[in-house]
Amino acid sequence: MSEQTVTLYKRMKDLPSTRILGAGTPMCAGCGGLQALHEVYDILGEKTVFVNAAGCMTLLAVYPFTPFRGSWLYTSMSSAPAGAQGVRDALDILLARGRLKPEEDLAVAVLTGDGSAYGMGLSATSGAIERGLDFLYLCYDNEGYGNTGQQTSPATPHGARTATATGPAGFGGYKKDLFAIWAAHRPAYVATVIGTEPLDLARKIEKAKAMKGPRLIIALAPCPTGWDFDPMETVEVGKLAVKAGIWPLKEYENGQVTHTKVPSERAPVEGYLKKQGRFAHLFAPQRDEALIADIQARVDAYWAAVEGAR
Amino acid sequence: MTRVLITGNQAAAWGARLARAEYVPVFPITPQTEIIETLAGWIDHDEFDCRMVMLESEHSMITAAGAAAATGVRVFTATSSQGLMYAMEMLYSVPGMRAPFVLVNVSRGLQTPLTLEPDHNDVLAARDSGFLQVHCATCQEVLDQTLIAYRLAEHHKVRLPVLVNLDGFYLSFTREPVEIPEPAAVDRFLPGYDAETTRFHAGEPVSQGVAVLGSSPYSYFRYENHLAALQGLPAYEAIAAEFAAQFGRDYAAVETYRSDDAEFVLFMIGSFATKAKDAVDRMREAGWRVGLVRPRLLRPYPDAALRGALAGKRGVAVVDQNLSLGKGGILHGELASVLYGQPDAPPILASFIGGLGGRDIGPEEFFEMIRVVRQAAETGITPPPRLLFTKNELREVRKMQAIAHIERKEGKS
Repeated sequence: MSEQTVTLYKRMKDLPSTRILGAGTPMCAGCGGLQALHEVYDILGEKTVFVNAAGCMTLLAVYPFTPFRGSWLYTSMSSAPAGAQGVRDALDILLARGRLKPEEDLAVAVLTGDGSAYGMGLSATSGAIERGLDFLYLCYDNEGYGNTGQQTSPATPHGARTATATGPAGFGGYKKDLFAIWAAHRPAYVATVIGTEPLDLARKIEKAKAMKGPRLIIALAPCPTGWDFDPMETVEVGKLAVKAGIWPLKEYENGQVTHTKVPSERAPVEGYLKKQGRFAHLFAPQRDEALIADIQARVDAYWAAVEGAR
Repeated sequence: MTRVLITGNQAAAWGARLARAEYVPVFPITPQTEIIETLAGWIDHDEFDCRMVMLESEHSMITAAGAAAATGVRVFTATSSQGLMYAMEMLYSVPGMRAPFVLVNVSRGLQTPLTLEPDHNDVLAARDSGFLQVHCATCQEVLDQTLIAYRLAEHHKVRLPVLVNLDGFYLSFTREPVEIPEPAAVDRFLPGYDAETTRFHAGEPVSQGVAVLGSSPYSYFRYENHLAALQGLPAYEAIAAEFAAQFGRDYAAVETYRSDDAEFVLFMIGSFATKAKDAVDRMREAGWRVGLVRPRLLRPYPDAALRGALAGKRGVAVVDQNLSLGKGGILHGELASVLYGQPDAPPILASFIGGLGGRDIGPEEFFEMIRVVRQAAETGITPPPRLLFTKNELREVRKMQAIAHIERKEGKS
C-alpha cells in the first residue's frame, strides 16, 4: 500500500460489522463472489449504482426484489462499462447544470463475472479506461462461465475440468492475465482481491474509492458449484489460493505493481488443487505428476520473477 | 427563421442542436458520420452546449445512450446499417427501460455483399425492437421529425426511444433548402427534458433492466411496452398537429398525395416517395387516376389511417426497398395484415422490390408498376412479387463477371 493512504482498516475488528447488501439472494451457498461483493459494498456504501453484465450476479436483482440499498442497471454481457459511461456522464451533466445536488451523486461501479470481463466485455472495458472514465470495476472471477454451468472461459486455469473440458487433462489452455491487460492501459488503479482476505480487500477498495478515474478490481471467487467443493470450504479454498501463490494479491498504480501479501512460505499447489473436484483427475485414478508439476512450476516461475524484480 | 441549403445529415444535426440534446454518445459510420462531425464542430466551438463521447462500438453507444437517458438527461445519437446491426442487442434492450431518447438512422444496405448505398433492410431489422420508427422523405422533414421525435419519446404515455430514419446518399448527402426554426420557438414546442421518475440519484434507489423469473411478469412488461408504443399513435398525431400549428409544416402519420380520388396507389416510405410523387404527376397527365400513400410512422403502425387512405382503391403497388430473403417485401406483408378482411380493402395488393443498395427507381418503372396493377385489377389475379432489375443492369453484372472470370482463369498462367 502506498504511504499517503492512512487506512481505517488496520485490523480485522476495524472492518464494517454491519452488512448493507441484503440477505436471501439467489447466489449459491458458499459463493466466493458474493462474499467479495458484500465486503466491497460495505466499503463503497449505498450511494453506488451497480452496472451489471450478464452473469451469475444478474440474478441478484429479480423483479420485484433487490438486495441492494442503492441503484442497479443491467445492461448486456458485453457493454456494462459503456453503461457506466452513460450513467457517469449523465450524472456529471446533471451536476454541472444544477439538476443534481452533490449529495445525490452516485459512485458508478461495474459488476461482472469473468466471462464478461476477460472476454466479451474487454473491448468496452478498454474503451472506458482509455476515456478515463471515473468508475470502479469489480470482476468476480470464478474461472468459468458459471451461470450456465461452468463451461471453459478465458479465465479458466490450466488443467481444470469444466463442462466443456471433460477429458483426462482438463482444460488445455492457460488463464488469461487480465490484471496485466488492464494495467497495460495505465488506469488509476488495478488490484486483485479475494473475499477470504477481507483486510487486504478493504484497504484496496478504500484506496480505490478515494481515487478518480478507472479503478479495476479482480476478485477470485471460489465457486462450490463450478469448482466442485463443499460450500463450507469456500474460505479454506480461498485462503489456500493465496497461500499456495495461485492467486497473487497485488495492486497497480503509477506504473508500478506491488504485491500486497507475499506468502512467506508458499504452500504446495497440491493442497489447493486437491480440495476441488475440478482437479480430481490430477489425483485419481492415477496421479498426473507431470500436470501437477507443471502447475507448480508456473506458480514458482511467477514468484521467482516477482522476487527477482525486488 | 433562416432558410439554408443543407444536407439531410446536417438537418439531423440541427434537429439535435435545436432540441438541446445534452449528451451524444457516438461512433462513426458511413453515411451517418457527417451528423456527428457537425455536432462535434459546434461543441468544439462553443456553439452547442452538449457533451459528446466517442464509444468503441455502436453496441456500447446504444448502451451508453440508454443508460444516460435512464439517468435523466436528453440524449441524441446516430448510426447506419452495420452499426445498427452491431447495436441490435441493445436496440431491443433499452426500450424496456422506458428511458426516452432519439436515434437517427441513415439507411444503408446490409452485407453481404458489403455496400455503402441505401435501402431499408437495416432500419426494418429494428422494426420489432420497441423503438418507435419515423421515416423521412426530405431534409426539412429530417430536422422537423427530430424535434417531433423528442416530444413523442418523452410523452408521458409513451416514454420510449424513437428512431428517425433518413435514406443514405439520397438524403444524407443531398442539399435541400431547409428552414431552421428559431431556437426560442423550438423551446416553446419542446421544453427541457423531464426525466419523471426515470433517473438514478442517491436517496431514491432504482433498479433498471432487471431480470424476471416466470412468464407472468415477462408478458406483463412486454405488453406494457407494446401498449405504450400504441399510445404513440394518438400522441404523434397530437404533437404533429401542434407542430403544424406552430411551424406551418404538416406531418400526419400517413402522407397522402393525390390519392383521394385515385383508383391505383403507390405505397412506399422514405425519400424515394418524392420520385413516386413525380411519377404520379406524370401518370395523372396521362389520364391515369394514380396517387401515393406514404406512412411516416412505421412504429406504431398507423392501421386506421392506412385503411382509410386505401379504402375503395382498385389496386395498390407496394414498393419495398428491402428484401426479407425467402419471403419478399416487408412493407407488403405488413400492409396486407391491416387490410385483409376489411370491407373496402383494395382487391389487388401487388409487391415490387426495388431500390436495393441505392438502385434508382425510374419514372418508367412507376408507370410499369401501375400498368401491372391495373391489369391485375381487370383480371382479378394478383401478380407474383416482382424484383425490379433491367436488362442493362444484368448486362453490367455480366460484364463484371466476365472480368472476374478472365482474371481467375488467365491470372493463374
